[in-house]
Amino acid sequence: MALTRRDFIKAAAAAGAASVAGVTLKPSTLKAAEATEKDWRWDKAVCRFCGTGCGIMMATKNDKIVAVKGDPKAPVNRGLNCIKGYFNAKIMYGNDRLTEPLLRMNDKGEFDKKGKFRPVSWKKAFEVMATQFKKAYNELGPTGIAVFGSGQYTVQEGYAMAKLVKGGFRSNNLDPNARHCMASAVAGFIQTFGIDEPAGCYDDIELTDTIVTWGANMAEMHPILWSRVTDRKLSNTDKVKVFNLSTYTNRCSDLADTEIIFKPQTDLAIWNFIAREIVYNHPDAIDWDFVKKHTIFATGAVDIGYGMRGSTQKGKFKPSEMDTVIKEQHKKVSAAEAVTLAHLGYKEGDTLEMKHTKTAGAHWQITFDDFKKALAPYTLDFVANLAKGNDEESIDSFKEKLQSLADAYVEKGRKVVSFWTMGMNQHTRGTWVNEQSYMVHLLLGKQSKPGNGAFSLTGQPSACGTAREVGTFAHRLPADMVVKNPKHRKVTEKIWKLPPQTINPKVGSHYTKLMRDIEDGTIKWAWVQVCNPWQNTANANHWIKAAREMDNFIVVSDGYPSISAKVADLILPSAMIFEKWGAYGNAERRTQHWRQQVTPVGKAMPDLWQAMEFSKYFTIDEVWKSWKIDSKLTLPDVRQDALKMGYKKTDTLFDVLFANKEARAYVWPDPIGEGFDNTEATGDKRKVEGFEGYGFFPQKYLWEEYRKFGLGHAHDLADFDTYHKVRGLKWPVVDGKETQWRFNSKYDPYARKASAGEDFAFYGGALKALPQGDLKGVTQKEKKSLKNKAKIFFRPYMDAPEMPDKNYPFWLATGRVIEHWHTGTMTMRVPELYRAVPHAECFMNPEDAEAHGFKNGEEVWVESRRGRVKARINTRGRNRMPKGSLFIPFFDERVLVNKVTLDATCPISKETDFKKSAVKVYKIA
Amino acid sequence: MSDDSKKITRKQFLAQSVKALGMATVAGIGWGSFVYELKAAPFILRPPGALKEKDFLSQCIKCGLCVEACPYDTLRLAVPGENKPLGTPYFTPRQTPCYLCEDIPCVASCPTGSLDKKSVSKEVDGALQWDVNRTRIGVAVVDTENCIAYWGIQCDACYRACPLLDKAITLEMDHNERTGKHAFLKPFVHKDVCTGCGLCEHACVTEKASIYVLPRSIALGRVGTNYIKGWDKRDEERIKNAGDNVRTQTERSKKKPVDYLNDELPVDE
Amino acid sequence: MSKLKHDTHLTLARRATQTGIILLFISGSRLGWDILQGNLSFSRFLDFIPMTDPFAFLQMLFAGAVISTDMILGTVIVLVLYGLFFGRAFCAWVCPMNILSEWAARLRVWLDKNKPGSRITVSRNIRFWLLGLALLLSIVFHTAAFELISPVSILHRGLIFGFGLGWTLILAVFLFDLVIVKNGFCGHICPLGAFYTLIGKYALLKISHNHKACTQCMDCKVVCPELPVLKNIGKESGAITGACTRCGRCIEACNDKALKFDIINPFKN
Repeated sequence: MALTRRDFIKAAAAAGAASVAGVTLKPSTLKAAEATEKDWRWDKAVCRFCGTGCGIMMATKNDKIVAVKGDPKAPVNRGLNCIKGYFNAKIMYGNDRLTEPLLRMNDKGEFDKKGKFRPVSWKKAFEVMATQFKKAYNELGPTGIAVFGSGQYTVQEGYAMAKLVKGGFRSNNLDPNARHCMASAVAGFIQTFGIDEPAGCYDDIELTDTIVTWGANMAEMHPILWSRVTDRKLSNTDKVKVFNLSTYTNRCSDLADTEIIFKPQTDLAIWNFIAREIVYNHPDAIDWDFVKKHTIFATGAVDIGYGMRGSTQKGKFKPSEMDTVIKEQHKKVSAAEAVTLAHLGYKEGDTLEMKHTKTAGAHWQITFDDFKKALAPYTLDFVANLAKGNDEESIDSFKEKLQSLADAYVEKGRKVVSFWTMGMNQHTRGTWVNEQSYMVHLLLGKQSKPGNGAFSLTGQPSACGTAREVGTFAHRLPADMVVKNPKHRKVTEKIWKLPPQTINPKVGSHYTKLMRDIEDGTIKWAWVQVCNPWQNTANANHWIKAAREMDNFIVVSDGYPSISAKVADLILPSAMIFEKWGAYGNAERRTQHWRQQVTPVGKAMPDLWQAMEFSKYFTIDEVWKSWKIDSKLTLPDVRQDALKMGYKKTDTLFDVLFANKEARAYVWPDPIGEGFDNTEATGDKRKVEGFEGYGFFPQKYLWEEYRKFGLGHAHDLADFDTYHKVRGLKWPVVDGKETQWRFNSKYDPYARKASAGEDFAFYGGALKALPQGDLKGVTQKEKKSLKNKAKIFFRPYMDAPEMPDKNYPFWLATGRVIEHWHTGTMTMRVPELYRAVPHAECFMNPEDAEAHGFKNGEEVWVESRRGRVKARINTRGRNRMPKGSLFIPFFDERVLVNKVTLDATCPISKETDFKKSAVKVYKIA
Repeated sequence: MSDDSKKITRKQFLAQSVKALGMATVAGIGWGSFVYELKAAPFILRPPGALKEKDFLSQCIKCGLCVEACPYDTLRLAVPGENKPLGTPYFTPRQTPCYLCEDIPCVASCPTGSLDKKSVSKEVDGALQWDVNRTRIGVAVVDTENCIAYWGIQCDACYRACPLLDKAITLEMDHNERTGKHAFLKPFVHKDVCTGCGLCEHACVTEKASIYVLPRSIALGRVGTNYIKGWDKRDEERIKNAGDNVRTQTERSKKKPVDYLNDELPVDE
Repeated sequence: MSKLKHDTHLTLARRATQTGIILLFISGSRLGWDILQGNLSFSRFLDFIPMTDPFAFLQMLFAGAVISTDMILGTVIVLVLYGLFFGRAFCAWVCPMNILSEWAARLRVWLDKNKPGSRITVSRNIRFWLLGLALLLSIVFHTAAFELISPVSILHRGLIFGFGLGWTLILAVFLFDLVIVKNGFCGHICPLGAFYTLIGKYALLKISHNHKACTQCMDCKVVCPELPVLKNIGKESGAITGACTRCGRCIEACNDKALKFDIINPFKN
C-alpha cells in the first residue's frame, strides 16, 4: 500500500490526538503509520536551542536523522516546537560541516601561525595541541592556558572539562559563554538566596494572574513558553494581566495589556519605584509575617566600576575608547545620580572614585528604616521623568502605566510572575537589578509560591544544567561550590580522587577577561568548545587582532566553520548534539537526557572524546608539581600524595580522571543503550584512525560521579537510567520525586527539613553571614548568621558607563531574533531559516532614519568608539525602536556587531552589558 | 517610373494583393491566438502601482526601466518560455519579494503610466506624496492545512517579515485543546491592507510556501452592490457606481406573466 | 572592375554604432550608467531625454492606451530624428537584428544559396500587411500586438535583461534568413522596418546615384538587402528611395564612385 507523506502525517497526527483524548484508532490507520515507520527508529531527545527545554522525538533511518516531532509527552511543550525546534533534523547536515582536523601549516607540514589551514590527522592535531599547551603552561603556569566553555556543553562534557582543567591542569581559566547570558542571574540568586537557580517552575504560568516581562522578549526567545503565557491570558482575559517592559516595542507587546518603553538602565529606578510604592503608599501590602521570618535587608557599595579593565595602560585601546574606559576609575556624578546617590552625600558634578571594584559583591545588613529611607527619592515624578523611553509618549500616559504596574504587584491576592532574560542580565548593574526583582517579590511575600515569583529565564539549553550546576565557571565547582572555599575544594578533590590541595584556590578569568588576558599576553593557549567567542564577545576588534597577531595558540572545536574557527590555529571537527550521548538542564531545573542517535559525520568526534584523548598527553608528574600562581599563592607539589594514593608518576590524566577503576565498572554494552551506538565506548562503525572505543560507558560514569556532588545537598539528581525512562525531572529529585517550588515547605523536602515547621526556608548556604551597617557602609564587622533567610537588597539607580552624547547619539542594543540561534553557526545553515532572515538588520525609528536621509533597506555604517559595521536599516520590522535607539542582532557574522559593542560588565557577575553602547550612524560614502 | 515593362498590371497587383492578404490572414490567426493565449494567463504579479491587467497590457511599452530602477533586482521582464506576456515586468516573491521601497523607484521610472503614480501616492497639503502602503500587487493567502502555525508550531515567520506587521498580518490567538496549556498564534491576512509584496511568501519556512501571494483578481471574491454593510460607513463606497436598471431573471421568472397564467394548471387527471 | 572585395568602412561604422548602443543599454541596466537606460521600445538618454519606439506608440494608440507626455515627447523626438533626417537608417545602424540578418546573408553566399534554383521569392509587401495587421490586432486585443512577439524586442531585451527561451525564436529567424528567404525577416516580414520605410520617405539623408559615373557592374545589386530600391541603377541619376536602410553597402561596393550619401530635399524636383 502506498502511503503518501501527507497521509502519514495525518495518521500520525491522529494517533497523537488519540493518545491525548483517549480515543482508540481504527486499526487500519495505525497499521498505515506503522508500515511507513518500519525502518525508522524513534527516540526521545531535547531541542538543541534555547533554555526552554522542549522535548522532541527523533526519527533516524540508515544512520541519518530524517525527521523530528515535538514530544507529545514532554510536559514543557506537549508536542509543539518553535520555528527553530522545527528544524532540529536539519541542523547537522549543512554543506560545510567540518569533517577533519585542520591546522595552520607551512609547506613543510609544520605548524605555522601564519600558515593556511590544511587537513591533518587527529594524532598530529593532538600532538601539536599538546606541544603548544606545554609551551604556554611551562612558561606561564596554570593561568597561561584557558578553555572557553559553554551553556551548550552536555552535562557530561562540562563535567569532564571541569575535571580536566581544574583537577588536572590545576587552572581555573574555564569559563562558559553562559557568562554572557545569565551570570547576573547567578550572582543575584547566590547573593539573595545563597543557592542558584529559580525557585519556581513553568507551571507558574498557568497558575499566575499577572505576567511581567522585564527585558525578556519571550515571544521570540522563549516561544513555547510565550504560547503558554498567551494561553493563560486567553483563559481569562479580564483577570490575567500582561505587562511588557522593554526599551523598544517587541513582539511581546502584541499580547501585553500594558507596554512600558523605558530608557536603557532605568529598570533600576522602576523597580525602586515599585518598592517605594509598597513601602510608602501601601505598607499594608507588605507580608510582614513573611518578611520578618524569612528575610533581612541588605545593601552594598556603589563605587564598584563597570567591569572594564582596571588599568587604562593595559589594553591596546584606541584613543576614542578612553573617555569610556576611564570611568572604571572615576566618573562625574550626573543630575539623576545626584538624586539617587544623595543618601551617600553625592552632588551633581562630584567625582565618584571607584574604590570598590575588587569587592563589588560585598554587602552588609541594614535596617528596614534605612531601606525605606533609601527608597525615598524614587517618586512617580522622578522615575517617570528619568525612565520614559519614548519621546512620543506623554509623561502622563507613562506615569499611568508605571502606576498600574505597581498596583498590579501590590494588589492583595493577585499572583505575579516576573520573567526576565538578557535585558536584566546583560547590564552593568545586572546583579543589582536581579536582586531588585527579589526585593519586590519578597516584600510582598509573592515568592516561592505557585503562581508567584521572580523567575529568571535562561537563554541556552544547558546554561542551568551544565554551566551552573556542573560549575564550568572560573570560580565554581559542581553543586554551587566555589574554588575559594577550602571545604568545597576538599569535597571535590575527594570525589575526583585527587590528592589534597590539587585544586587551585584562586578564581580564574571570566569569559571576557580570558580575551583580555590573551591580548595582554598572559594567556597563550586557549581551547574553544561549543561556542563562538570571537563573534559573541563585545569589543571584538581587540580580540580578533590578539588572536591572529600575537604569539599564542588557539584551538577551536566546532561542527561548522565560525569566525572563531577562522581566527584559530587548530580546528577540531566536533560531533553535534544528536551524534553523541548527553544531557541538558533547562530553566526550570529540568534535566533531560538523550542517546546518541547517529554516527558523527566524516571524522568528527564528540567533545568528550576530544577531552579524554587530550588528557592522555599529560602525566601527573607534569601537572601536579608545584606552580607559582602569583606573589601570594604557590600551588603545592602534590605528587608525593598522589603516589601515596596509588597513582604512578607515569599515569596520565586520562588514567586518573576518566579511565579509572570506577569508570571502567560502567561497562558497555549497557541495557539502556541497547540498539544505540556510543562513539566513545565502541569507536562506532568508523573506527576513526583506528579508535576502537574505550570499552566502558564514560557518559554514564561521569553522570553517576557528578551526581554525588548534589546528593543530600539540595541539588539531588536521579540516576542515569531513570532519565532515559522519563521526560526529564526538576531537581532536587528526592525519593524519585521532582520539586516544583523550592524553599516552600509544602513542595520542597529540603525546605521542610530546614524550616522546622515554618512555611518557608531559604536554606541556600552561600553568603549567609553578614556584617551590620547603614546605607553608607559597615558599622559592625562581626558577621551575623542569617540561616534560612533571603535578603532584600536596596540597590540605587546609576547611569550606564556609556550613554549617548553628541558624538555618538544613539543607544545600541544587540540580541537575538527567533529564527536564528546565537551566532548562527547552525541556523544560518538551514535554508528555510536563512531565507526567512538572511541578514542582521539595524532596527531604527523611522523618523530618525528620515532625519539621517536613510531609506528603509539602505545599508549604513554603525560606529562606536571601538569599531564599525555595515547594516541595513529596518524601520518597520518586528522591533519598533523609539527615537534614539537601535537594535542589531548578532547572529550574522557579516554584520559583526560585537566589533561595536562595549565590553563593560556587571562588576559582580562579570556579565557583559550587550544592550547599551553609544553609536553614531552615517551613510556609506 | 518611366520603364513600362516594369509596371505591374492591375491584374498582377490584385493577384499579389490577394496572395499577401491570404498570408497576412494566416499570420494574423496564428499571431492573434498567440497574443490571446499570453493575455489569458492572468497569474502574474506586477510591480507596485500596476494598472488592472487589461489596461496594463495596453499601456506597458516593455522598456524595462522599472526593472533597472529596482534596487533589489526583484523585477524581471517576462521572457519566452515563461508563459507570460513577453517583455512585461513581473516578480516571483518566493525568489525575490518586493521590498516596498518608500520612494518606489520602479513606479517613478515608468514612462507610460502603466505603473500608476497616483495609485501609490497620497495627497498631503495638495501635493502628491509616495505612500507605498497603498500598493496592491496581489493578496497573501494562507494554506491553513500546511501552515505550521496552524499546527501549533510557534513560527509566524510571515508575520514578522510583513512590512505592515500587525496590520496586514495579525496573529489570531487560540487555545490549543490538545496540549491544554499552549496557544495557537495563527497568521491571519487582512486583505484590505495587504500590499501583496510577498515578503511573507519569501520568509515562509515550509518546503513550498504555505502563505503565498495571488493576484487580487484571482484571490478575492466580489460582493454585489445589492447589499451594503450596515455597520461600516465606508462600505457605501461600493454602490457609488451601481447601475439603476436592475432586472433579474431566473428559470422561474423567464416567462411573461400572461403566458404563464394561460398555461395549463398543474392538476392530476 | 567587378570583384566583391570591397571597402568596409561603413559596415565597421555601423557595427560600432549597433554594438555601442547595445553596450550603453547594458551598462545602463547592469552598472546603472545613465547614458542610455531602458531599451529600444522606450529609453532615456542622459536620464532625461525620452525616446519612444514610434511604431510601439502607434500600436498602443490603437490598443486604447492612455498616452503620457513622456511617451508623446519621446515619439516626437524619434519621429523628427528619423522622419526628417535618417529615414530607415534605424534598421541598418541601430537594430541588433541587422547584425544577424547580415551574417545570415553572408553565410548564404557561402552556402551558395542564391543560385536561382534554390531561391524562394516572397513579396516584400508582406511587411506592410503585417504592419496593418499589428494595428488591427492591437485594437482587438487591447495590447500592442507586435510588441508581444517582436523578434527585434526579444533580441534586444534579451541582450539587456536575459533571453529565457527567446534565443530559439532568434535562431528561427536566423535560419529563416539563411535557408528559406534571403533577407527574409528584415526585407520582407518586419513591420517595424515597414514602419520606418513609411516615415522615412521624406528624410533628408539618402543615397544618391550618379548615372554618369556608373559602369553598370551591378556589384551594388549583389550586396543590397533591399534590392528593389536600386531600380534606377544604370538608368538615371537621382536619390535612392523606398525601403532603403542607408546601410551604405552599395557605396562600399561601388568602385566607380557612382553612389554616395547625400542630403536631398525631397520636395525639390
